[in-house]
Amino acid sequence: MESTVRERTFPASLDCLGGFRAFILEENGAEERLPPKRVAHLDVAIEEIVVNICSYAYENPPGKLTIRVEESPEAFAVEFLDNGVAFDPLEVDEPDVTRPLEERDAGGLGILLVRRMMDEVHYSRKGTLNSLRIVVKTPRER
Amino acid sequence: MFEMKIVVESWGRDVSLTGRLDAGSAPDFEKEAIAAVDAAGESVHFVLDFTNLEYISSAGLRSILVLAKRLAPSGGKVVLCGMSGVVEEVIGVSGFDSFLPVAGSRGDALRIVGAV
Repeated sequence: MESTVRERTFPASLDCLGGFRAFILEENGAEERLPPKRVAHLDVAIEEIVVNICSYAYENPPGKLTIRVEESPEAFAVEFLDNGVAFDPLEVDEPDVTRPLEERDAGGLGILLVRRMMDEVHYSRKGTLNSLRIVVKTPRER
Repeated sequence: MFEMKIVVESWGRDVSLTGRLDAGSAPDFEKEAIAAVDAAGESVHFVLDFTNLEYISSAGLRSILVLAKRLAPSGGKVVLCGMSGVVEEVIGVSGFDSFLPVAGSRGDALRIVGAV
């Protein structure tokens, strides 16, 4: 199988969450190529990243969010591109998940889930764009 | 798709969740759960049965945290049961199983809240 890249731009609005999910998980074949457990991981990662971008990236929402899906024999990768405020979510300190209830807040849990459930997460600033790229490695075919 | 069923019990509220607790449904869950706490007007426990919950994200975690913090001052507990798959993983990664009691079965959850 050769590598393919598919790209689509959506309004960066939570109303489009269903559209993002369908584009990545269904139209681009994640559900066919990955085990159900990994599809579920991808599902969580997509929501967390999209919610962050739609909620915080733009001073005058909604801006735009471009999704690039790259499929190769080795991996299923998704890149999220927005031209909002420069922000590297991987630089934020991870929450201490051992603290008791009274000391807990929900901050930082979304990106923590992304980091734990994806095989790779990369941030880069590309000109005026924030790029967050997540990778799920494809199981080897027997 | 998300549905919640709240059954009023002498010890508190027995809540079954079905489907996806995500950024779309979590605000509704939180609103209904907090309304149930306010309506009770006394110390109550919540059992959250996740047997039919397929998915949860940090938005869902946030709503559960709000509920647990609301109940804590009066000694009310939020007990989780019926977790599997990605729901169990999300609860584990977030460490919510370190401050909320997790029951291996519904029966154990009911024992923790003193129902049986």
